[in-house]
Amino acid sequence: MTVRYTKDHEYVRIDGDVAVVGISDYAQGQLGDVVFVELPEIGKSVTRGKEAAVVESVKAASEVYAPISGEVVEVNSELEGAPGLVNEDAEGKGWFLKLKVTKPDELSELMDEAAYKAFVDTL
Amino acid sequence: MRYLPLTTDDRAEMLARIGVPSVDDLFADIPAAQRAHELPRLPLHKSEMEVERALSRLAAKNVPAGSVPFFVGAGAYRHHVPASVDHLIQRSEFLTSYTPYQPEIAQGTLQYLFEFQTQVAELTGMEVANASMYDGSTAAAEAVLMAHRVTKRRKALLAGNLHPHYRATIETVSRYAADEVVALAPVPKGGEDIIAAIDAGCSCVVVQSPDVFGNIVDLKPIAEAAHKAGALLIAVFTEAVSLGLIEPPGAQGADIVAGEGQSIGNALNFGGPYVGLFATRQKFVRQMPGRLAGETVDAEGRRGFVLTLSTREQHIRREKATSNICTNSGLCALAFTIHMSLLGKTGLTRLARANHAAACDLADRLAAVPGVSVLNDTFFNEFTLRVPGKASDVVEKLAAKGILGGVPYSRLAPKSGLDDLILVAATETTTEDDRAAYAAALKEVL
Amino acid sequence: MNREGRGATTPHIFRGTSAGPVTFTGNRGLDLEEGLIFEIGRTEVTGVDIPEPAPFKDRLGGHARTAPLELPGLSEPEAMRHYVRLSRMNYGIDSGLFPLGSCTMKHNPRLNEKMARLPGFADIHPLQPLSTVKGALELMAELSRYLLELTGMKAVALTPKAGAHGELCGMMAIKAAHAARGEAQRNVVLVPESAHGTNPATAALIGYEVRSIPARADGTVDPEAVKAALGPEVAALMLTNPNTCGLFERDVVAIAEAVHGAGAYFYSDGANFNAILGKVRIADLGVDAMHINLHKTFSTPHGGGGPGAGPVVLSEALAPFAPVPALIATADGLVLVEDQGADGAEQALGRMSAFHGQMGMFVRALSWMLSHGADGMRQASEDAVLSANYVRACLMDVMSAPFAERPAMHEALFDDTWLADTGISTLDVAKALIDEGYHPMTVYFPLVVHGAMLIEPTESESKASLDLFLGALRDLAMAAKTGDKERFLGAPHYAPRRRLDETRAARAPVLRWVRPEPLPNAAE
Repeated sequence: MTVRYTKDHEYVRIDGDVAVVGISDYAQGQLGDVVFVELPEIGKSVTRGKEAAVVESVKAASEVYAPISGEVVEVNSELEGAPGLVNEDAEGKGWFLKLKVTKPDELSELMDEAAYKAFVDTL
Repeated sequence: MRYLPLTTDDRAEMLARIGVPSVDDLFADIPAAQRAHELPRLPLHKSEMEVERALSRLAAKNVPAGSVPFFVGAGAYRHHVPASVDHLIQRSEFLTSYTPYQPEIAQGTLQYLFEFQTQVAELTGMEVANASMYDGSTAAAEAVLMAHRVTKRRKALLAGNLHPHYRATIETVSRYAADEVVALAPVPKGGEDIIAAIDAGCSCVVVQSPDVFGNIVDLKPIAEAAHKAGALLIAVFTEAVSLGLIEPPGAQGADIVAGEGQSIGNALNFGGPYVGLFATRQKFVRQMPGRLAGETVDAEGRRGFVLTLSTREQHIRREKATSNICTNSGLCALAFTIHMSLLGKTGLTRLARANHAAACDLADRLAAVPGVSVLNDTFFNEFTLRVPGKASDVVEKLAAKGILGGVPYSRLAPKSGLDDLILVAATETTTEDDRAAYAAALKEVL
Repeated sequence: MNREGRGATTPHIFRGTSAGPVTFTGNRGLDLEEGLIFEIGRTEVTGVDIPEPAPFKDRLGGHARTAPLELPGLSEPEAMRHYVRLSRMNYGIDSGLFPLGSCTMKHNPRLNEKMARLPGFADIHPLQPLSTVKGALELMAELSRYLLELTGMKAVALTPKAGAHGELCGMMAIKAAHAARGEAQRNVVLVPESAHGTNPATAALIGYEVRSIPARADGTVDPEAVKAALGPEVAALMLTNPNTCGLFERDVVAIAEAVHGAGAYFYSDGANFNAILGKVRIADLGVDAMHINLHKTFSTPHGGGGPGAGPVVLSEALAPFAPVPALIATADGLVLVEDQGADGAEQALGRMSAFHGQMGMFVRALSWMLSHGADGMRQASEDAVLSANYVRACLMDVMSAPFAERPAMHEALFDDTWLADTGISTLDVAKALIDEGYHPMTVYFPLVVHGAMLIEPTESESKASLDLFLGALRDLAMAAKTGDKERFLGAPHYAPRRRLDETRAARAPVLRWVRPEPLPNAAE
């Protein structure tokens, strides 16, 4: 499985022709306790770099941008009742949405895990 | 100057500590060419006695409602407010506190807001209410904006019998936000056909009950028709006391309720400050404007309250906020909640009955005046009178006789062509003598 | 000043977390716990005696209430006690120094309360015949005259009900003016990044796109940055002056000229008007519209979050677009024009609310103005600015004050550089101040500095009061630097509640009381 990251701290994990999108573990640590996640409707087309979801902590609301273009095929409905999953397991059970990728080429422009780790260390 | 504690010596010491010779140096960033040096046309400071004298002189030029037989309503109502209410809201810790951003030292405010929210939800029959808005009209305008967010449509349908000033308030903000408003024509006798005007483009239908003419509106079929078209029903009221006696909008399918809360706990104040009530369904809570108090626990596990869901608001969301509103109407909400706590179900129901009884009696007396008719089949504490000639002239003639007899509808809507209608309200504060005096005076001026 | 040396304020006489025995009631002497009215009231009780009317035939047409109405009532003694106890869990200006930056928590004179309650003001209806409210119209005219003298502007719209409502009024006037000039295509509003959140929220509410202007290194707006952002699509600049960093925008005249040169209007946020009363007339700075928070500068009580009042002063260019109702002086006296499009309001932008504005606040504000007079108002501004600069001067060596090369206006801004490596945050300092008996300063605003602490002492503090507050802050600064973390991280220790769990409140919101389910064994 391929995982890639953006400079805005979204990750995308490619699983066959489906991409799983969420925010990185570093990002959840910066946000603090996540209290609400606003997810898109299934069937919606999202464009790389444009808003796909909103994640809220007590004192902040942040847009989550699509790391890659695609069509939303599933959202993590568990987050509705348990937004804390994002804090507990950001890159696992705390995923946001799944996309059917429309532009796989975009993936090459993102950072791999090592590059992202190096990027985070500079912050 | 009695409000300024610093002495001349204090000021000199403070300037020395700062390290500047004169206070003018602290204003050095104001461009010299623009700096003002005096206010030549304003007088110097005055003693408390002098200020009291000057303002009392102005107050004496007005005719207070309590000094005459008084029947003016149309969105603001004169009720008796218990003395304890006004005493309590003047407690320093309520009066001089700020928005409860530091919850550990604002539990008093937060707990009464939580009580207020519960009372408003209960009164309107809704699931959840916010911590108040500026007034009923601005609450109605915010309700329309919220309906647009929920439905992602941008057309509001306004009932013809919505208070014309509420209509104008909604139309103004909608015009600048480039949202569409369709307003129906007024039907003073009631029974207007709102349902026929609902279409699939509507985000919401705004209906007032009791309406501006006093008619009680059956909201249920309107709610059903609105929902069928994918629109929300926004129910508006201007007289909160009415909900003690009539079926609340929440029980009739309303999605958002926006109303004026002035008539519980708050004086007339020539139009403000008042308190907007705003309630909705739980599922829409994140689209709701305004402040919200919520229950939680402190670090020792004790129950406490905080402002919550604040990520909807302007200080966090900035241009993406649900509303630009910053304050609520805290102290007026406190007056509402204290008065409501004193009333309780028993008192509110009795108060509502006393209002309705007074209005029924007045309607019968006025309908007996030759040439006058009461238009309403139903009403709560306000109804519409049709008089021969111009309503505004009749109201002025009554005022000259020392009776404030109501509001000419033409004052609210000069272009409506409805020049012979007077909106007449009677509350528990009117006496039988007042009502008899009104009927007698009306007979004389016609 | 060190903590042990302050005799009467040794912690053990305060209510601590574990000081003293556990009480049966949960109360601790004068610290009284209080349940919700839903727990102590009963629906069959009422504290208001209302005579039951004689039997009559109702006119409800079958719409009588059938829905439940679970509103508990309290007798008057119970109600008094309930709300008095709640009030004691609050901090107000009358309790102590309230240095909340950007909010101007000055003394609220009680004369103003008394005046607003005169029956001639409190007991008049907005729609009773105008012939019976001549004194009310005169009062509004007099308040307007004062506001225009203080600002040099052309007209004032009294109806907006709070600062944000005033912003909306001003921005709608700007939109109307552009439309009248045939320039409705202007759809961008420039907002410096230090602005209050209401500015971008207001602009966005009426369809403007918000373009952010960065601050320059000294905390003010660079006229060149404004010029670079201007263009034919720009409708207005919204600028707070003095700004939210507590600085006067010294290039404001050049900024205004650039804005006007590009055909845009200049909206000034008047939140910080208290610093410049009688010191500069904003009309001379090129301002086209500014709201004035009567609840800040003119001392009407904040009331736990309202009601406020936000009249808007307008330049000659925007005056014709003022909303209705509009008060107009004619040869026959004062006329209240209530209908949009009527004589005197031909170009009115519309109506902002049902009635004529916050009359109760107008009375209080005018009472404050008459009390102070021209001399007292100038002195109030000078004292407010003097006190803020004194606060900054006395704390600069132990805290970090950005932009300190310029004089402060009425508030002193600090960032959290001085807390570096202490493990203590701005929020912790705020909570520790609660233990010292103060309301915290504004924290984390403005956003342009890290961990902001914004202190606005106002003109209402004596020097002794300021010195004690400064002593407390210096003591906290020392404690932070010497590693006394417990004093901060556990704070507040001495408030009616310890820190509250805001995450829990937001994750599963409980926004109203609901009757608890009966216990399972109670049903048996």
